[in-house]
Amino acid sequence: MRAFFLLTGLFMWMAVGPLSAASEGEAATGKDFDVTDMIMHHIGDSYVFHIVSFRNGKGELVDVSLPLPVIVWQEGHLKVFLSSRFSGGNDLVPIGNDHLRLYHEKIYLTDAAGTLHFGADHEVLNPRPLDLSITKNVASMLLAGFLLALLMIGVGRSYSRRGGLAVPKGVQLVVEPVVLYVRDDIVNAQIDKDKAGRFMPFLLTIFFFIWFNNMLGLIPFFPGGANMSGNIAFTLTLAVFTFFASNLFGSRHYWQEILWPPGIPIYLKFLMIPIEFIGMFTKPFALMLRLFANITAGHIIVLSLTSIIFVLQSIYVAPLSILLSLMIFALELLVALLQAYIFTLLSALFIGLAVNEHH
Amino acid sequence: MEGISFTVIGLGIIILGAALGIGQIGKGAMEAMARQPEISSKIQTAMIVIAALIEGAALFAIVVAWLKG
Repeated sequence: MRAFFLLTGLFMWMAVGPLSAASEGEAATGKDFDVTDMIMHHIGDSYVFHIVSFRNGKGELVDVSLPLPVIVWQEGHLKVFLSSRFSGGNDLVPIGNDHLRLYHEKIYLTDAAGTLHFGADHEVLNPRPLDLSITKNVASMLLAGFLLALLMIGVGRSYSRRGGLAVPKGVQLVVEPVVLYVRDDIVNAQIDKDKAGRFMPFLLTIFFFIWFNNMLGLIPFFPGGANMSGNIAFTLTLAVFTFFASNLFGSRHYWQEILWPPGIPIYLKFLMIPIEFIGMFTKPFALMLRLFANITAGHIIVLSLTSIIFVLQSIYVAPLSILLSLMIFALELLVALLQAYIFTLLSALFIGLAVNEHH
Repeated sequence: MEGISFTVIGLGIIILGAALGIGQIGKGAMEAMARQPEISSKIQTAMIVIAALIEGAALFAIVVAWLKG
């Protein structure tokens, strides 16, 4: 019963999170509340980690946010500074002969006056420096990596201290079944026994890393809330890892299937070879899009359902809106695990297709 | 009606197709599991793999619609 109350409380907390985020959006823009703008801002990246905004006693808007380090490389000049140097809005930071200017969450190179050139569709034509900044997403990813390392090193230590065959205790009880499930039902089921061990660290790591990032993205307040696994660069990187893991270790049979498929007439071979070749790239491409689209869509739905209150400007739709976003939040908790599972399963499947001996 | 582009209609059709496909897979998997509960974990894996492939095709279409529209 206590667990039930705890869970309900947790869900309520999660539902209130985006609510406060939406009210910030409203506070910032005044009466006209732009849903698309607020949602795009929340699923996008940022140079500051926003914590909370509120109106103080005098009715002024107070923003509390954590400035993050900006790391920029331009023609041999490396510049490292905190993003709070941009806080004035039009502030410029000199680098070499150029100046850096923050405009709509992106850093551009400008002249000393900070001039921006715009194209026909109001896109900025100014060049951009090589940006290696620790943005909100990167900070969230580093946090996920840190938590993962903390958890796994702790669990690994207790295994080496107490022996692998001892009865698991404490956190081991939580981690062991998950690791065993990934090992036995995902990896060993798809990859030949004698080769699976080589890919086990990679697949276990992506499983837990994606799961942790998804869960951190669902926490609506400060250390979480970044849309890391809904960032296409992040999913692209993971998919590229899978691409190399499967193709670099491909068996002779795998390459034969692609380059000269056996057992079909010669005129079909010329049709099959391009298809197989494109298939090499579409598999990780779909992997990339699936994670990106699912997580981003989840964030958008939760924020949209919360925004109903602010679009209709009525408190009476609040119960409905909170209930709906609560349900979607619960669903997203499942999706966070499911997408990590699917990414790992399909990675294991693609690796298995490449490395398994022909039966 | 104003404001509804072909992109949105196309997205609707994409979702319709994907939903039909995944629904068929779910139906097939449920029936197979009811017949042979002892191999339901294998069926589940196959079901998710094939659903993911359909989802992949739907995602491609969505991205094309997105880029075009």
